[in-house]
This record gives sequence, structure tokens and C-alpha cells, in this order.
Amino acid sequence: MKRTIPLVITFVVGLSLIIAMFIPHSPFHELDSQFSIFYDVIAVFAFILGGGNLLKVHFNKIQNKRRDWKYSLVTVSAFLLMLVAGLFKIGVPDGWTGDYQATGGLFKYLYDATFQPLQATMFSLLAFFVASASYRAFRAKTREATILLVAAFVILLRPTPLGYYLTFWLPEPLKFLHIPNLSTWILSVPNMAGQRAIMIGIALGIVSTSLRLILGIERSYLGSEGRG
Amino acid sequence: MANGNKTTLLDRFSNLDRRVIFLLIALAVIIPLIVNYTTYIPPSLIVQTLFDKVEDMPPGAKILISFDYGPSTVPENQPMANALVRHALEKGHRVYLMALWPTGARQSQQLIEEIIDVEYPDKVEGEDWIHLGYKAGNQGLINTLMSDVKAMYTTDIAGTAIDEFPMMDGINTLRDFDLILALGSGFPGTKEWVQFAGDPGNIPVGGGTTAVMAPLLFPYYPKQMVGLMGGLQGAAEYEAALIERYPQLSERSRIASTSMGPQVTAHLVIIAFIIVGNITFIFERRRSRKY
Amino acid sequence: MEGQPFLASPLASAIGVWIGAFMTLMIFSFLYKDNPFYKFAEHLFVGISAAYWMTVAFWTTLIPNLIARLWPSQLGGVLPSAVGNQVEWQYLIPLLLGLILLTRLVNRIAWLSRWAMAFVIGFAAGTNFTRYLQSDFVSQIHNTMVPLYEPGRTAGVTIGSIFSNLVIVGGVICAIIYFYFSKEHKGTFGRAARVGIWVLMTAFGASFGYTVMARVSLLTGRMRYLIEWASGQSW
Repeated sequence: MKRTIPLVITFVVGLSLIIAMFIPHSPFHELDSQFSIFYDVIAVFAFILGGGNLLKVHFNKIQNKRRDWKYSLVTVSAFLLMLVAGLFKIGVPDGWTGDYQATGGLFKYLYDATFQPLQATMFSLLAFFVASASYRAFRAKTREATILLVAAFVILLRPTPLGYYLTFWLPEPLKFLHIPNLSTWILSVPNMAGQRAIMIGIALGIVSTSLRLILGIERSYLGSEGRG
Repeated sequence: MANGNKTTLLDRFSNLDRRVIFLLIALAVIIPLIVNYTTYIPPSLIVQTLFDKVEDMPPGAKILISFDYGPSTVPENQPMANALVRHALEKGHRVYLMALWPTGARQSQQLIEEIIDVEYPDKVEGEDWIHLGYKAGNQGLINTLMSDVKAMYTTDIAGTAIDEFPMMDGINTLRDFDLILALGSGFPGTKEWVQFAGDPGNIPVGGGTTAVMAPLLFPYYPKQMVGLMGGLQGAAEYEAALIERYPQLSERSRIASTSMGPQVTAHLVIIAFIIVGNITFIFERRRSRKY
Repeated sequence: MEGQPFLASPLASAIGVWIGAFMTLMIFSFLYKDNPFYKFAEHLFVGISAAYWMTVAFWTTLIPNLIARLWPSQLGGVLPSAVGNQVEWQYLIPLLLGLILLTRLVNRIAWLSRWAMAFVIGFAAGTNFTRYLQSDFVSQIHNTMVPLYEPGRTAGVTIGSIFSNLVIVGGVICAIIYFYFSKEHKGTFGRAARVGIWVLMTAFGASFGYTVMARVSLLTGRMRYLIEWASGQSW
């Protein structure tokens, strides 16, 4: 029961969705839409699980006064404040029937004042680390690394005046080597070829893994019970 | 260190404090913003074909724009959205705004407040544009919309019944749209629109993604995607095409072009870092072979 | 404005901009070195972010797609449009599976959560199987079958078009050969694999260039925000 029922569920659900692609009529068509919604609902419970786990880890840290426990207080407080503001629609002009993200509500205010700038800034830090990595790690040690470097150079030079002035003087038969033209060619020919090969490889991997999961050959998601 | 206690120039470059690099990159971005350095980027073929697709459709075409990004990629995706909506409304197309990301609905609302309400007050909600908002489901939502749009979108984002809007007449499935424009920055995004709508439904799909994802989507062009804006540069290219066709937009539609100024200087600084880094590496290698 | 909630007022908006600017500076302070301000902002972000996604999931999925379908009459005060709808009993299935997923927290009955996981895995496998096969495999092979001569495909000389199409076809084949590890990369096969590596390196170089562009764009956005805050434009 611990192993058989999950395998049957995976098989039935997976097979129904594949059949729905080829027979878009009742009942498979409805199953396709229903299963999408079921999936989203289960994902919500996964969020609840994740939130519960977050609280568990940080409460543990606070209780045992582990290293940096004071910051765990910040995490838990911020989490509870935002959750309460959103779930109870605090400050929302139309009350319970209003949109939880309505202007005037505490949830939207916290989103605009904290979530938005924090998320944007976290991502923008990467620009500095990319620059640092370019200086310290990007070395033309081998032929392949040099090809990578040259391609990156051409792409980086394309929007710059330097990229234009380096090659604008080339005669008409060699115009394809003009940096903007070369950049376009690199993106739409060799880059496209390489990305297509990767895409085909990934697609084959996903297709074979999906088939193995549906047929019950791959059982690693069952944990230790799944082996054998 | 070689040569006893004497710190050579090579040592300085080899052990350069990364905070110096951080400072140089920060200055490379801040200074062009302060002096308002703008640069013109001519449209590449992949952006031009997207522009031509929107331009060549007869007025009144139904365009679905999906906002599949969050605040972290607003500097790249929002200029794309602004340019596309301006183009569509100038041309007289009907614009349907939706989102696969909850944060995307906030961005589409921002676009309505900053662009549609301000620059196109003559355009009527429900006749020229409609804000459908966010619905959960990721690629499952696209799948469901392929068979029944009104089953998922029973109201618009403000709660008004969907059948009250004239522009929703005749919209039953995604196949009823003339063009789907997906502005993405991750999952779900442009790729999912191609996989779940474009290919199965033979619906033209185009759009824009962050520069990180753009090279990965080139294999879909031109047969599975009509065109693609890649990052801020793609947005600037679209703006350039837009301003050439609609010169009256030259003052308003410039956000991507003005943001390309810092892009250009930062690129040059990073190229300099790579060159200096490699020169340092070559000299260090020679020195270590010598000793 | 009278009747306007405080959080929608210009004063609250200005305070929000200042809070956002300070959050931004706290994160950027990490570039100098790790410090309490950065740690504070980082931990704040973790808490706010987790609660944001939970709240969104609750109001956009749990309420309209589960509660409204099983107990529509109870939602008069929250979702009036659902009142009067028929009960859809099939939604007991995701409710049950979702509750089963929570058994993961109790070691003795954690094995039950595999039933919910099985549904998720089956759904993902079934969906991805057909979509990836169509869009990322069959269509890609079809798109690679380009004619040797196609006027207008790349602007310019005919020889250029032929060369580009040859590079596309040859590049895809050689790069796929590189990924085939069941045969030793020797002789002609090995040479083709080497060409494949070069094609892949070109693609990675293009990706690196675009990644740099992406990161700098995001930094430009943040700097623009700080400049507008510092100059008073945004508040």
C-alpha cells in the first residue's frame, strides 16, 4: 500500500494527461482542466508546509538562542505581520469583500515599501559579482575558453560606440564582420544551433524521465520505500 | 610576492580588492544616469519582425499581453510592456492584459496608471483595453484558456462580469486572439506560452524576456515565435522602431534608450576588466615560470 | 483627501519610498562587507517573501478553487459571487491530498504524503511529456531542416545565407554528437564532437554577454530609484 498506491496514482494521472492531448473530448478534456486546478490546490498546501517549516526552524533558533537568533526574530515578525495583513485584509477599503492587494491596505503598502525594493536590490547585487568574476575568473586558458570570450566580447560590444567604430570602416564585402552584424549573426546562427542542441537534449531527458515516472520504473520520489 | 617585500604593479592588479571593482561598476552606472547619456540602438531582425507583426495587423486586432514577471526584472520588462502597449494603442488594436504571475498583475496595473490613463485617455476600458488580472495555475492556466477563457476569467480584475465588456464578445478560447505577447522572466513565461498555446493552437506568439533567458529562446524563432525582445537592449530596439514609425512618441517612449547609456559604459568597464584580468594572468604565468 | 485611508495618502507613500531606499542601501552595504544592516534586511526579506507567496496562494487558489467549490454558501462575506454556486464534490480529492501532504510533519505517518507527491509527479510527467516532445523536440528538428538557399533569411549575400544554414545544421548535429557519451569520441566522431564543443562555447559566450546585460539593467533600475529618491523626485 505504501508503494503501490502512489505508483498507481502517478500512472493514472500521467496517462490521462497524455491521452487528453490526443483525445481532447469528454472525459479527458475535463480531466485535463480539473487536474490543473487540483495541482494548484495541492501546491498551496505545500506552501503551508513551507511556511510551517520556516516558523519551526526560526522558533527553534530563538528558543535555543543559537547564533544570530535575533535575526530570526526579525524573520518571524516580518512573516507574521505580512501574513496577518494579507489574510485579514487589514486596512483594505472594502473590508472582507475587497481585494487583498487594494491600495490603502497594509499588505500592498508592505509589498511596495519592502518586498519590491528588497527583491529588486537582491537581484541587482549580481551585477557587481558578475563584474568581479569577469576580472578574476574569466581567463582565456584554452581554445574553447577563447571562443567563449570572443563571442562574449562581440555581444558586449554591440550596443557600444566602440563596437561601431572598431569595424565601421570595413569594406562592403567584409561588412558581415562589422560588430553589430557579427553580433546578430552569432546570436541567430551558432548560438541558436548550440541552444537548439541543448534544448533537444533536455527534451529527450524530460520525455524519458516522464515515461519512467509514469510507468513506475523511476521510483526515487517514493524515498527509501521506493527502492526495488 | 616576488622581488622581496616590493609590491609590484602586477601584484597590485593580481590582488585588487574587489570593492574597487564594485566601485567602478557603480560609477559606470551612476554617472551616465546623472548626465542622462542616451544611446540609439537600431532594431535587430528578431525585434523588427515582432514590430512588423504588430504594425501589419489591421486595426482592431486582438492582442493578449501576459505580464509574467516581478519587481526584480521591472527595469528590463516594464519598458517592453510600455513600448508594446503604446504601439498597439497607436495602431488601434484591442489590448487584453493578463498575468501568470501575481506580481505581474501589479505591473500591468502600473502600466495602466502611467501609460493608458495618462497618454490614451480617449481609449475606453472594455472597448479598447481590458485588465483581466492574475489567475493561479501557471501553465495549467494556459492549458485551460486554450479551451475556455471565460471559465477562468468570469470577471475582470475589478470584479465586473466579463460578458459586460464588448471586446470580450467572440473571445472563447486563446485561438480567438490574433497575437499573444508574453513578457517573461522565468517560469511560467514566454517558453510556456509557446509550448502550451503557440504550438498546440497554432497561435502567433511573440514577446520579450530578460536578457538572461533571451539566448535560450532563439531556437523558437522564427517558426514558433514571431519575434523576441531580449532584455533592455531589445526594449531599446523596439523603442527605436516605434519612434521611427511614430515620431510623436519620441519624447515619451525613451525609458529603455536612456537606460542603455549606463549599459554601454558598464559593458566597456567589464570588457576592460576582462582584458586587464587576462593580461595580469599572462604576466603572472610568465613570472611563475621564471621563478 | 478626506475619507482616503492613511496608507494611500501622499505622506504614507513618501514614507514608503524612504523605507524602500533604506532597504536598498542596507542590501548594498553588503558590498563593503557583511554587517548587521544587511543581515537585518536579508532576514526581513525572507519573512516578508514567504508570507507574500502564502497570502497570494490563499486568496487566489485556496479560496476560489477549493473553499468556494466545496462550501460556496459560507463565503458570502468574502466572495459574494460564489454564493449560490453548486457544490463540486470532486474537489474533496485535492483537499484530501493536500491534507495528506501535511502528514510529512509527523514521522509516523509521513509515508502518506507520498500519495500527494505521486499526484504532483504524475501531473508534471504527463504534462511535460507531450509539450516538450512537441515544442522542444519534433519542432526543433523540423526547424533545423533549413534549405541550403533561402532568400531573405539572413540579409545579405547568397553565400552568407548558405553558409549560415550549413552552420545551423552542422552546428546542431555536432553539438548533439558531443552529448552522445555511449560511443567514444574518437576519429570522425571525435572531431565532430570537438566542433560541437566550439558551437556550445559560442552559445555560452553569447549567454554570458546577455547575462552581463541583464544584471547591469537591474542595477541601473535600482540606481535610478536611488537617484530619484535622493533628488526628491519620487516623494
